Amino acid sequence: MSALEPLPAELAQHAIDDKPYWFRLDRRDFLKLFGGGLLVCLTDLSAVAQESGRTFGSHELPDDIAAWLAIAPDSKVSVFTGKVEVGQNIRTSLAQQVAEELRVPFESITMLMGDTDLVPWDAGTFGSRTTPTMGPQLRKMAAAARQLLVEMAAKRWNIDPATVTASDAKVTGQHTGQSLTYGELTHGEKLMKTVSAEVPLRPAKDWKIAGTAVPKVNGRDFVTGKHKYPSDIVRPGMMFGKVLRPEGFNATLVSLDTTKAEKIPGVTVVHDGNFIAVAAPDPPTAERALSALQAKWNVPAQPSNHGLFASFKETSKGKQDDDSPEQSAASVSQAMAAAAIRLHQQYTVQYIAHAPLEPRAAVAEWTNGKLTVWTGTQRPFGVRDELMAAFHLPPEKVRVIQPDMGSGYGGKHTGEAAVEAARLAKASGKPVKLVWTREEEFTWAYFRPAGLIEIGSGATHDGTLIAWEHHNYNSGPAAITTPYNVTHQLCQFHPADSPLRQGSYRSLAATANNFARESHMDEMAHAVGMDPMEFRMKNLTDSRLRAVLQAAADKFNWGASRSTPQRGFGIACGTDKGGYVATCAEVEIAPDKKVAIRRVVQAWESGAIINPDGLRNQISGAIVQGIGGALFEQIQFANGRILNPHFAEYPVPRFSDAPRIEIVLIDRKDLPSAGAGESGIIGLAPAVGNAIFAATGTRLRNMPMTPGGTVASRSAVENRSHQETAHDSRANA
Amino acid sequence: MSDYILKINGTDRHVSASPDESLLSVLRDRLDLTGPKYGCGEGQCAACTVLLDGEPVHSCITPLSAASEAKITTIEGLEKNGILSPMQQAFVEEGAFQCGYCTSGMVMRATALLRETPHPTENQIVTYMNGNICRCGVYPRIIAAVQRASQVPTKAGGE
Repeated sequence: MSALEPLPAELAQHAIDDKPYWFRLDRRDFLKLFGGGLLVCLTDLSAVAQESGRTFGSHELPDDIAAWLAIAPDSKVSVFTGKVEVGQNIRTSLAQQVAEELRVPFESITMLMGDTDLVPWDAGTFGSRTTPTMGPQLRKMAAAARQLLVEMAAKRWNIDPATVTASDAKVTGQHTGQSLTYGELTHGEKLMKTVSAEVPLRPAKDWKIAGTAVPKVNGRDFVTGKHKYPSDIVRPGMMFGKVLRPEGFNATLVSLDTTKAEKIPGVTVVHDGNFIAVAAPDPPTAERALSALQAKWNVPAQPSNHGLFASFKETSKGKQDDDSPEQSAASVSQAMAAAAIRLHQQYTVQYIAHAPLEPRAAVAEWTNGKLTVWTGTQRPFGVRDELMAAFHLPPEKVRVIQPDMGSGYGGKHTGEAAVEAARLAKASGKPVKLVWTREEEFTWAYFRPAGLIEIGSGATHDGTLIAWEHHNYNSGPAAITTPYNVTHQLCQFHPADSPLRQGSYRSLAATANNFARESHMDEMAHAVGMDPMEFRMKNLTDSRLRAVLQAAADKFNWGASRSTPQRGFGIACGTDKGGYVATCAEVEIAPDKKVAIRRVVQAWESGAIINPDGLRNQISGAIVQGIGGALFEQIQFANGRILNPHFAEYPVPRFSDAPRIEIVLIDRKDLPSAGAGESGIIGLAPAVGNAIFAATGTRLRNMPMTPGGTVASRSAVENRSHQETAHDSRANA
Repeated sequence: MSDYILKINGTDRHVSASPDESLLSVLRDRLDLTGPKYGCGEGQCAACTVLLDGEPVHSCITPLSAASEAKITTIEGLEKNGILSPMQQAFVEEGAFQCGYCTSGMVMRATALLRETPHPTENQIVTYMNGNICRCGVYPRIIAAVQRASQVPTKAGGE
């Protein structure tokens, strides 16, 4: 299962290392807390790269059951996990797995998630790790708890444990007829047992609760407005915060006058280092105080989209990723020279924004020196670390609570709003709520990396790939290795200097690498004169990838109709993080060259399915979200400023962009379940690009492919970038 | 600051606020009605949608003064005596959400749609709902939920 083993370089991409704030605070506070100036050494975020699944830096995952689950006298079960619910439906799918192994009704389970005072330490919710790691972890705990219950009952009844069964939250003596509920048996006491790795788990083929389409556990609260998101939290006497943002990235403060703002009744102004902010009793007063601050900034000259891709290649020199597998560049060159048909191409992806509908938000409260922050984050313990660092606090003095939030898509690994709200709360002596504006979220969060990808390939006349070279500059190493059989290959990630703050995004660079590879495969199929599906199958032996490719093609009826100038059909596939995906797309080209995606068929396989309805929702959502990056989303920037930080200028997929979507799920009950929140996004862009080519003969190698809505209308910015980097398409055909 | 008695979800609520404060801010930050969401503050995402006399508005760009005389309905006002409105029920049955942050605005606008057009075609749904953003991309299920609600043989969609 090498696909489930995280690559260090990829995990490093999840880490956002820069910390915006280091507060000086007041020296007395500092001494009071540390009695003599002892500083707590922080967990370096780059330690994410060392995550092995069992340990993280100095944090040991707890092995005792009590830390993971509790059974109340009424047999209700509480399950504790540091994973968080962001819309991917793990609150439901994890509860299903616990119910399965513990033999209790699904309804009896409550998941306590992302509260750092209550749950075991966790690295965070990213990388599609919840299903392959937390799922088995909780199943193991539940199975061990069940064993313990059976043993307790056997002891109490003085009978052989083998004759005690557990089901429906009850233990029953098979021969004696004695029966007790779990709650009666345990009296709500803490279960103490060290869990061995060898607890037998119920195989997927026998699942009764896991594997079924259990509806979202608290669905009703989302249609009534009852669910409280991080930005909905209200505390007694709460103030509202606003942060004065610099006029651009890397700006330095020239002067600041806070006099006018400070005169507004009820307003607290904080100026600490590079942090300038206000808190007020209500949001309009906070706005007024913010605009009363008079600041002058010096913004240095900085790069723009123009020349971006050339700069990646330039700044990557000497930074070759040493983690790449040992491969011989010489053998690839030789094989390339021997190939009958050769292609060399460049592909690009722009920076895009996650734009979660709920922007960063936090409510912070100090009580007797302890800080509690409710915030939206994928890494509650990471945010706790940030707060400990910013305020020089030990872990027991910081609690981070993560209510199920308005999503993240990899964009909420950091805790900026939490730190900012906490600083304001400290200054004002009252709880403070801070909700980032949409413009702040578009500007001061971080972006999916832009990237330049170069692919060279060589094939024989009969369509056998014999050489493959894939270089990714800046965007990342996820799914960089080709799943096709090529004897001589070299796939390398080249880190480069990014002018913008960049980090994790749904599927990371797998979208970019798969777009480039699957577009290139299509180009090569045309170059050798083969059907794109047939060409892929000829060079592919991975049975799981072949299975989804065949399933998608069958459902789509691939090959039944020929593409016309008005209607194109495209196909693509890929694998990442244990998920296998194949996508067929049908596009319509209007007379004015406008592109509309009409139909998408996507086949998906990620081992045993835990919740087919939740899975279908994720795969469908990934397709729709993928349309944005594929066709029109791109961040425009220049001189330290984001030029399109609003939905009016940064379009995202809407109802009218969504095609007819058909999902084919392959349930491999014989294989472990892999995460499915991310990789469903990687097939859409190349399938659409290939369909556009099939209709128009125009090959679009830059994401977004149709920023102006049409095949012809490349944006000015992108045209320039493309021409700087593009080579002739065919070296020697 | 001015004093207002607002008619919200069938109840009179007193609030002191400036007439140009946004209705969304008044609802969320002064009256603790956090069902309507902030998504952009610019009328671009519709997460803040509420009904004024049955008509959908972006509460983030609606000044309090423009809402002071109207019957205001928020997502909190759709459920009656523990019974979900047909639109709410349809969203639950279709599983038409992921993170759910857009759901409040979606349900409110779709409710208004069925008042206007009890049996909309798919195209009519897409056109009417196109101002509402779902970043999780749940649009196909939301369309299915609206269609499901439109088949409920009562006062369609509820209010």
